[in-house]
Amino acid sequence: MHFGLTEEQELLQETVRGFIDGECPPPRLREIFDGGAGHDPTLWKGLAEMGLTGLIVPEAHGGAGLELLELSLVMESMGGGALPGPFLGHSLASLAIALGGSAGQQARWLPGLASGELVGSIAIAESADGWDPESFRLDGPSLSGTKVHVPFAELADLLVVATAGGGLAVVERGASGIRVEATPGIDRTRPIASLHFADTPAEALATPVFDRVRDAALALLAADAFGAAANLTKITTEYAKTRQQFGRPIAEFQSVKHQLADMATQLEPTRGLFWFAAHAFDARPEEASRAAAVAKAQICDRAVGIARDAVELHGGLGFTWECDVQIWFKRAMFDRAFFGTPEHHRARIATLGGY
Amino acid sequence: MDLSYGEEYEVFRGEVARFLEGWPLTGGEAKLALAEQEQLFRKRGIEAGYVYRNIPTEYGGSGQPYDALKEQIIQEEYMRVGAPGNKLDQGPGLFAPTLLEFGNEEQKRRFIPPTLSGEMRWCQGYSEPGSGSDLASLQATAILDGDDFVINGQKIWTSGANEAHYMFGLFRTEPEASKHAGISYLTIDMKAPGIDVRPLKQMTGSLEFNEVFFNDVRTPAKNLIGKRGEGWSISRSTLKHERNLIGNPKLMTLQFDQLLERARTTPRNGRPAIEDPGIRDRIAEIETYVRAVETTNLRMLSATMRGEELKVMLPMMMIKLYSTDVMQLICKASYDLLDGDGLLEPSESQDGIYATSGTTSAVIHNYLFSLGPAIAGGASNIQRNIIGERGLGLPRDR
Repeated sequence: MHFGLTEEQELLQETVRGFIDGECPPPRLREIFDGGAGHDPTLWKGLAEMGLTGLIVPEAHGGAGLELLELSLVMESMGGGALPGPFLGHSLASLAIALGGSAGQQARWLPGLASGELVGSIAIAESADGWDPESFRLDGPSLSGTKVHVPFAELADLLVVATAGGGLAVVERGASGIRVEATPGIDRTRPIASLHFADTPAEALATPVFDRVRDAALALLAADAFGAAANLTKITTEYAKTRQQFGRPIAEFQSVKHQLADMATQLEPTRGLFWFAAHAFDARPEEASRAAAVAKAQICDRAVGIARDAVELHGGLGFTWECDVQIWFKRAMFDRAFFGTPEHHRARIATLGGY
Repeated sequence: MDLSYGEEYEVFRGEVARFLEGWPLTGGEAKLALAEQEQLFRKRGIEAGYVYRNIPTEYGGSGQPYDALKEQIIQEEYMRVGAPGNKLDQGPGLFAPTLLEFGNEEQKRRFIPPTLSGEMRWCQGYSEPGSGSDLASLQATAILDGDDFVINGQKIWTSGANEAHYMFGLFRTEPEASKHAGISYLTIDMKAPGIDVRPLKQMTGSLEFNEVFFNDVRTPAKNLIGKRGEGWSISRSTLKHERNLIGNPKLMTLQFDQLLERARTTPRNGRPAIEDPGIRDRIAEIETYVRAVETTNLRMLSATMRGEELKVMLPMMMIKLYSTDVMQLICKASYDLLDGDGLLEPSESQDGIYATSGTTSAVIHNYLFSLGPAIAGGASNIQRNIIGERGLGLPRDR
């Protein structure tokens, strides 16, 4: 019995944290955030050099062949640093092809995704509440219609598009009939757009694996939100120790101390939820869907709550654009809304649990 | 990660399960009073090596080598069949482990065996009217006079004092010393002259609380546990055991299952309440909290097994506050399902524990009772201080 991390897994997290501290510290993060592209080719190259772009791609296709647990730990670290870039959608697109692609499809796309030369993304919802397969309308060998809230739609070389009934299809960059309509996204570390298709050629993956991809996505979003909320707790704690009012650090006021203790206590006991969701995805398939929904619903709600507390504890400064707290707040808002709200997943928890 | 217990442990689980087929008792033994049946079966559990594993055989335990996973399996299996295993009340649950750590040989031999067998019952004399959360401000004195300490003062909210044979508690033996250094850990015979126990009814209607008055009560100096002035640090150890008792995850799962069952069987607008979207959402959210407690317990179990406690210091600090909050969420949701029957006063008397019968009365009792664990063993706001100061490194209160 082991419900904890191995030394290798801890080292993986430290490596990612070290990379972010070195290459994307808060001033650089701020530049990218204010710049609007949400992407920095240098950072992407760095992730590729560390093998992270192919973390869950099988070794036969040039990846590291690791599992969702490791990927979720990387996501936690990335959430902690609010690392901008297409990593989430890229990883899910890679996972979709690794799980659902034919041998030929895997050989065609996975090596490029693993090396980071190809950037992948995913296109799921067709409406605000359209995260379930029942609501997907796009279908057929050529796609017509609209997908909304697609991360890095402009940048992606390869899009994995959810199709009617829980299938997935791949659309390559430059395919005919695609129009990208940028939509201002709340999280400037991960911009989104609408994608309009008109008879756009698409290649269906051999096996319809939307449900598996969703389980993975929920675990990863929970991990990212956990990292973001943990960082907010940390920076708010540091701020409270230094900010002076009434002649002393505000951390000495019990109202502040208790609010910080509650932020930490709302979060830390949920860590095992995303661990378990990822581990279930890897090793306990019957439990995976529910575990993923539980992690997403619980952690993402706590994360935005903690973020709101973080803003409040930073006072007037916290309400300004220049205060970095908003970067992680909006990161957590993305994690909460993408792939369905906690409320949406609580309804699934009830149904999957035979309530 | 690997959540299987492994072959060796599954074999062990099988052994425990086979042993537990002996409960409930049958034949002539089934005719004994329930308390006697429990005592008999507990004795068998000690002989089999499943009960009081951490207490050496010479003191009446089963003296097994420490194994967190086996402990867990035993707990799970005993809970599954509802068999009497480790008693968790104050004597065996709090005092015996403390004595094992700090008592001398004579004290261990005298006190632990009858405590485990249930012949000697204990109460905990900590809180005083003026010393609740600020326990170290306690005023009850114990002044050495010849071979005895002479005790004067008052203890309050003392669970089980009316039934206890002995009290373990904190008393000020060195009035000149500083606040924390003046306290000693003493045991007192509750039949000693000068002790006056007065019942203090709890808001649940239970009568397990008491006030205990001491008027020149003498207790032999040999009843001092540890050294004079060490009482405060010894009490921290007892408190650790108390917090362990409060965060029993199996109890939580049971209460959650009863909530879900009640929602399935309670009508709302002509349909089962569980089909109401609001109720469904609320219960699903509570389940996510219950799962958080379960996975946190798994983390702590796993780390403890591997001697990696340092990796789980934060969750260990938080679990009391977190899980007493979650228990309150469960109990409040169950209570809300009673609708107008929430006007009733509970008829079941459940002293100091959660009711598990699932009846309306049990739900109302639990709605009230669930506040108790949030106060006992360090109230929630004290937990927040500990988490803030020791967990987050915030400055201490002034």
